[in-house]
Amino acid sequence: MNAITRYLKSLLLIELGQGLMVTLRYFFRPKFTINYPEEKTPKSNRFRGLHALRRYPNGEERCIACKLCEAVCPALAITIDSTQRDDGTRRTTRYEIDLFKCIYCGFCEESCPVDSIVETDILEYHFENRGEHIMTKEKLLAIGDRFEESIAENRRQDAAYR
Amino acid sequence: MPETWLDQLIYMIILVLKILLIVVPLILTVAYYTYMERKVIGYMQIRRGPNRIGPLGLAQPFADVFKLLLKEIVLPENANKFLFVLAPILSLAPAFAAWVVIPFDDWAVLADIDAGLLYLLAMSSLGVYGLIIAGWASNSKYAFLGALRSTAQMVSYEIAMGFALVGVLILSGTLNLSEIVLAQQGGVLDWFWLPLLPLFVIYIISGLAETNRAPFDVAEGESEIVAGFHVEYAGSGFAVFFLAEYANMILISALTALMFTGGWLSPFEGIPVLGDTILGEGSIIWFLSKTVFFMFLFLWFRATFPRYRYDQIMRLGWKVLVPITIVWVMVAAVLSVFGLVVRGS
Repeated sequence: MNAITRYLKSLLLIELGQGLMVTLRYFFRPKFTINYPEEKTPKSNRFRGLHALRRYPNGEERCIACKLCEAVCPALAITIDSTQRDDGTRRTTRYEIDLFKCIYCGFCEESCPVDSIVETDILEYHFENRGEHIMTKEKLLAIGDRFEESIAENRRQDAAYR
Repeated sequence: MPETWLDQLIYMIILVLKILLIVVPLILTVAYYTYMERKVIGYMQIRRGPNRIGPLGLAQPFADVFKLLLKEIVLPENANKFLFVLAPILSLAPAFAAWVVIPFDDWAVLADIDAGLLYLLAMSSLGVYGLIIAGWASNSKYAFLGALRSTAQMVSYEIAMGFALVGVLILSGTLNLSEIVLAQQGGVLDWFWLPLLPLFVIYIISGLAETNRAPFDVAEGESEIVAGFHVEYAGSGFAVFFLAEYANMILISALTALMFTGGWLSPFEGIPVLGDTILGEGSIIWFLSKTVFFMFLFLWFRATFPRYRYDQIMRLGWKVLVPITIVWVMVAAVLSVFGLVVRGS
């Protein structure tokens, strides 16, 4: 009996018809596609994108060259040289991140005692020349200055969960 | 017959214009059929399909065509150059030539010949030579395998297809396509799809196999033998194969519309109120919308069914479709002899 029903089912194309109905239903469903350059998916406030170095509100750079980020970096992407400034504080003379080495794990941000190095939510960037993948201190500070508002806002939203 | 050379010239020019009137829209349809395919399959996979080039992506087919035409034509080192170039033309020509006997409307047929159906069968069988020659001339094992597969497949399904058409032939009693359509007059229920339902389904299935479309696309079998018979073709050679495949699909759709669903006849014919309005009259619009419906079916099947294994294709063709068609041809003969289906009622 079972064999007969199976035979009839395949002969009368019943299951194929059911399959066709599935695709027809999907045909009329709203589509998942995001039209990327015009539409973007929402980003988490924990998104780990391009790096930045932040400053205090008075304009002083936060980084104190403790080198914790350099030590914790699993990809060895961070290089720091430091010196003593005239006022007796220790500052970096060189703070470079090699974006080709960086794996965007966010450990540098976690390890920073003064919230200086951060990963912003910028994900659309590119390099046009050899060597541009090395983020120098100036570039990092510039990004920090430019996006300070959104960086601070993202940190504020996430603060309760840290 | 025209007498002077001037008459002959004018006759020729008019003939060429008529041919262009069919071929140019056909090529445009092929271009937009590829667009439709990508859109429909995209929608069935909950995607949007091409929408970048032009409004709604409508310029996409032209972008594709120009990309293909501007590409370099690669001739493989050990290929048979003459046959390699000939093959795409051989597969395209029958696909276009078959359109000469297609009646778009009561009056709109280029060559109203009495053996139209035989001519069509001949043309659709000729298409396979393009594939064989392409596979052989490429001198590549993948192309050769693809050609072998598609040859065996097309030859087997031609039988089922031929038998399905014999059913139509018995009921209509003519080989002339216009008369086949006229034999179906009298509304949806008088069309041949109803008395010939199994043949109708089998015709669509073997139409899929004839054109090497999913789920019978082992000839191309992207995941197994890359692209089958046209793996060595690039640029315009590939474009011509592409054109031929899609022209064949449109041809099969048009034939299904003609043989089984009453060509240009209106489905509302003979229905009291609706049938008396303009909807009840047969027109080219009906023929085109039926054709587009069957074209949509092709894409729908491709989006739904996985590819058949090669031995399954052969089993389905020889052990299932051919016996059913033979039985139903007999049924059709009985229906016809005892007057259960009346011609053009």
